Amino acid sequence: MRRWIADRWVMGVALLVLGYLSLPIVVVAGLSFNRPSSRLSYDFNEFTLDNWTQPCATSDMCDAVVRSMEIGLIATVVSTLLGTLMAFALVRHGFRGRAGINGLIFLPMATPELVMGTSLLALFVAAGVPQGFWTIVIAHVMFCVSFVVVTVKARLSGMDRRLEEAAMDLYASEWQTFRRITLPLVLPGIMAAALLAFSLSFDDFIITNFNAGTTVTFPMYVWGAAQRGIPPQVNVIGTAMFAIALLLVGASTLRGRRARRAALVAPVAAVGTPKSAS
Amino acid sequence: MRTMGHETPAGDLRLANLTKRFGVFTAVDDLSLTVPQGSFFALLGASGCGKTTTLRMIAGLEEPTSGQVLLGDRDIAGLRPYKRPVNTVFQSYALFPHLDIHENVAFGLRRRGIRKVTDQVERMLALVQLEGYGRRKPAQLSGGQQQRVALARALINHPQVLLLDEPLGALDLKLRRQMQIELKRIQTEVGITFVHVTHDQEEAMTMADTVAVMNAGRIEQLGAPADLYEYPATAFVANFLGQSNLLAGEAAGRTGDDLPVTAHGARFSVPADRARVDHGPVFLGVRPEKLHLAADPGEVPAGHQHVGGVVTDASYVGVSTQYLVRTAWGSELSVFAANSGVGGRLAVGTPVTAHWDPRHAFVLPREPGEDDQTAPLLDEPPVGVPS
Repeated sequence: MRRWIADRWVMGVALLVLGYLSLPIVVVAGLSFNRPSSRLSYDFNEFTLDNWTQPCATSDMCDAVVRSMEIGLIATVVSTLLGTLMAFALVRHGFRGRAGINGLIFLPMATPELVMGTSLLALFVAAGVPQGFWTIVIAHVMFCVSFVVVTVKARLSGMDRRLEEAAMDLYASEWQTFRRITLPLVLPGIMAAALLAFSLSFDDFIITNFNAGTTVTFPMYVWGAAQRGIPPQVNVIGTAMFAIALLLVGASTLRGRRARRAALVAPVAAVGTPKSAS
Repeated sequence: MRTMGHETPAGDLRLANLTKRFGVFTAVDDLSLTVPQGSFFALLGASGCGKTTTLRMIAGLEEPTSGQVLLGDRDIAGLRPYKRPVNTVFQSYALFPHLDIHENVAFGLRRRGIRKVTDQVERMLALVQLEGYGRRKPAQLSGGQQQRVALARALINHPQVLLLDEPLGALDLKLRRQMQIELKRIQTEVGITFVHVTHDQEEAMTMADTVAVMNAGRIEQLGAPADLYEYPATAFVANFLGQSNLLAGEAAGRTGDDLPVTAHGARFSVPADRARVDHGPVFLGVRPEKLHLAADPGEVPAGHQHVGGVVTDASYVGVSTQYLVRTAWGSELSVFAANSGVGGRLAVGTPVTAHWDPRHAFVLPREPGEDDQTAPLLDEPPVGVPS
């Protein structure tokens, strides 16, 4: 009996922690099927699919979601591009001030969002830039770039330079080497960085709130709605986002596993040839 | 796409006054050598001697500070690596982890715009005995298999010169022996010039037609393995390639066909054609397996030179027994006696006479003030070189 507990207690604790982490998500998913009894009620009243069939019943909310998506996509593309280029420069090239820039990269991550939001606002006001969609994009690119640089840099510095030398030795020009060897090997890092950038941008409230002007993003809409009663469709959006993220992760895991299995199964016929010195 | 013919023989590979400096450090110092076409050439040296830098300059991965890399009559020193008809087997293999074995091997062909690669790849995988492994990823192969993929990936391009950078360094001893034979077989089969960089003297000697011993960016000696072993040119070569007993002595000109050498108060004689110098401070060298021990001075054959001493250590290593003999002046000579069943073992403390045939000794230049160099006893038996 003691042995049984000893063998399983780590598993038990892990399940408890997992439950603790996913409980809020379960609540959100549950409430997305709720027909609330009143505007400010968060109790589960009655099961309904209405929220899912009509997610845009509150049109303001859908506008905000679309706007957040747009901002997120633009900020992701720009920051991933800039950040990847910066990471290559920082890992691959020795130049004056490299150490300094390496330190500066961490500054936006370390600065409190409140401080960054207010200072950006001051900057935009001083420069006479009207706040709105594009100031939000600029702000998001700014803090996303740091995360992209750090993520891509980690992947890049773990890469063996000999692989590129080997490619060049095997008649690949500089561009072909980048296209065939460097990029495919760094791509997982770039993809991870892009996903991180998108979720950071989509999710950001504090910095956005300072620089939005009259533009309303999804987090700002939810914050505003919380005063008057959150429409249940917010839970639909939340659940849908979670499900999409889960699907993406699941698909990539499955693909990796299938590729590995296929590679293991294929040469079974070859194992019969015994001459190899393995 | 490429203008150079890959099948046409290129002629000899020549390095002319090749120099590479990294800041103030000179890695390769005015190196000149010729590798005849189709030969198996080994660059042998300790780590940091410049052998890998030399190889990288031939491959184009390092730009020479000065000097030429000539393939036939063409100077390729300024060409980018992908413009050279030269391929490399890297020490770490550098297989592309995201491509399967088939695509790894096909990489060079595809970059040269060749579409139909399957037959060639299959044939090459058969040559390195990896039929059917094409769909696996590099990480799923053992070290020895990865090594052979790296070889196939380079050889499929029919380079005019194949460069091997310590390709067997990561393999265990047994596999290394096997691959040495395999590499030699493949080289004979394809007839491509191989330039093999290694720090393993045994590997260099078993495989190469010509060995160049490198030290501090320069070539100490270049020649056939047996010549290097039997008649080294410098004290470095004498001790890097196997072991040697080097006694500090003085020479003062030859007498007829012989060179008398005075060392530690005794006079020895060496045939003049076994002497690299015949004046001034010299080393008198004898390989440990060419020294014989006699318990009774009367047993020393006529014509042999000899030194008296006491056995201070005897280690039995199976094929031979390795003795240390302390001479009257305090140096310890290494002596390897084959356990061929002739003669018994000598106990520690036995007074003995170490003797040798003067034709097995050699005389090397010595820096004034340098003392005896008698190599410490190793666990490994000495390398047998067919002479």
